[in-house]
Amino acid sequence: MPTRLHYKPKRFNRVIEFQSVHKAYRVSGQAIPALQPTDLRIARGEVFGIIGHSGAGKSTLLRLINRLEEPSGGRIQVDGIDATALDADGLRRFRQRVGMIFQHFNLLSSKTVADNVGLPLKLAGQLSRGEIDRRVAELLARVGLQEHAGKYPAQLSGGQKQRVGIARALATRPQILLCDEATSALDPQTTAQVLQLLAEINRELGLTIVLITHEMDVIRRVCDRVAVMDAGSIVELGPVAEVFLHPRHATTKRFVLESEHVDEREQHDDFAHVAGRILRLTFQGEATYAPLLGSVARETGVDYSILAGRIDRIKDTPYGQLTLALTGGDIDAAIARFEGADVHLEVLR
Amino acid sequence: METLLPNVDWPEIWQASLDTLNMLGGSLLFTVLLGLPLGVLLFLTGPRQMFEQKALYGVVSLLVNVLRSVPFVILLILMIPLTVLVTGTSLGVAGAIPPLVVGATPFFARLVETALREVDRGIIEATQAMGASTRQIVVNALLPEALPGIVAAITVTAITLVSYTAMSGLIGGGGLGDLAVRYGYQRYQPDVMLVTVVLLLVLVQILQSTGDKLVVHFSRK
Ligand SMILES: Nc1ncnc2c1ncn2[C@@H]1O[C@H](COP(=O)(O)OP(=O)(O)O)[C@@H](O)[C@H]1O
Ligand SMILES: [Mg+2]
Repeated sequence: MPTRLHYKPKRFNRVIEFQSVHKAYRVSGQAIPALQPTDLRIARGEVFGIIGHSGAGKSTLLRLINRLEEPSGGRIQVDGIDATALDADGLRRFRQRVGMIFQHFNLLSSKTVADNVGLPLKLAGQLSRGEIDRRVAELLARVGLQEHAGKYPAQLSGGQKQRVGIARALATRPQILLCDEATSALDPQTTAQVLQLLAEINRELGLTIVLITHEMDVIRRVCDRVAVMDAGSIVELGPVAEVFLHPRHATTKRFVLESEHVDEREQHDDFAHVAGRILRLTFQGEATYAPLLGSVARETGVDYSILAGRIDRIKDTPYGQLTLALTGGDIDAAIARFEGADVHLEVLR
Repeated sequence: METLLPNVDWPEIWQASLDTLNMLGGSLLFTVLLGLPLGVLLFLTGPRQMFEQKALYGVVSLLVNVLRSVPFVILLILMIPLTVLVTGTSLGVAGAIPPLVVGATPFFARLVETALREVDRGIIEATQAMGASTRQIVVNALLPEALPGIVAAITVTAITLVSYTAMSGLIGGGGLGDLAVRYGYQRYQPDVMLVTVVLLLVLVQILQSTGDKLVVHFSRK
């Protein structure tokens, strides 16, 4: 009987912790820095997103978690284990506790869907053939692919392949799921379905998910917190709504604008022809549905015209963002009134 | 028949064909048994691979290249003392197999190395991320994924071995090549030469089409 894990996973609140972890690749004798010294804490059960442009160091950071990359320095704790101190055998058992899915799915083309999903269990060598079959059936049911068990990956669509990838990653009941651009090769509709599946898994299994992407929309749909990476460093980190609605770093701002399909300069040009003060109001949660505008207009006598606006959701939180032009009446009183209400206010002009 | 092919001794042709098939079967078996691990070793220790070992890879690689650059006819002659040591004779089917194996193994190992390199890196990574050991990666991911390439490599190697067996006829290896040399060339009996060449051609055709069918059968892409 192969040895089971020596350790009992403790209920640490921090499931992943980086302490000044850095990484440089050696390319023909030269050290190319990919990750600057980074501190990071990821809580148990959260969906943690990492966004950044290509080459920002996202994959490097993610792959350090299950030590597909060796850190150049620093300490990585995962689930109470010092991942940097594991020997080869320990590392193999540790990796069974951390699932991973990939942009290009990385399924074995020579194996059926069922055999792909069962492979981690076969490698772990702890279950009998019959137990593996039962677990595989259970996993395929979870991702909705029961009927495709006997097919080969080449016979599946992209979305189905990623579902197989997810089922395979969950086979050994890991505590953590790492997703490297898992939806970047999928069309928008399939992306939405895969993200929904990930959110479901997070909710129902309490799995911690770390996902990296270059699309703000992916972050907005499923993540609780987000880190923005630029040139090997985390430049901004916080709850998604915070970062998304009030971006600080230039990179973050660019991602937010990209996701809204708005060109900032274009927007400013539009406003050039508009009279009055221009404000941007951001509502979150319940405040999104409160009848604030009408009452402020009535009380202060201002007229408002809506220049831009939308109401949407960040994960499960509704939010609204309105750009208004105010004219007439007591504009300062109106601004004070907005400031007093449960909204975030920016005076654009 | 008698008038068209006056010199052809059919029982002798039959025996020679069997000898060729035996030489081919025996040498192919040992070539695969030795060349597959050697190919895996070359792959694993190669540049930017899981077990990158510059020195080991350099030495094995050099050895393979040296063996591959020696013309097979020369190898046949150079190998005689070693062949006698291993099989007790340098003649006949048994005497032919060691030089055939030594000639084909480096060639086959390179083809295996190339087939393994064709396997998507992502698949190796995914298997590593599952916690697989190197042996498990080789057995459960690399070899199954490279199977069509390896079958194609076996096909090419088998066909190369057919022409090598014909050459080993030069030093008394037996088989169809031996027949072609002794009767066709030395006694100038072109009909014998023709029959042996046609038979070798048929053999090569069968090997190629069987190999191609197997490659298709094992390809799931
Ligand atoms: N194996 C490697 N060898 C050398 N340089 C690498 C390697 N992997 C990544 N890099 C470099 O490290 C930097 C960060 O890469 P990566 O983490 O893949 O970024 P991202 O996933 O954000 O696109 C890039 O400059 C990239 O070229
Ligand atoms: Mg990447």
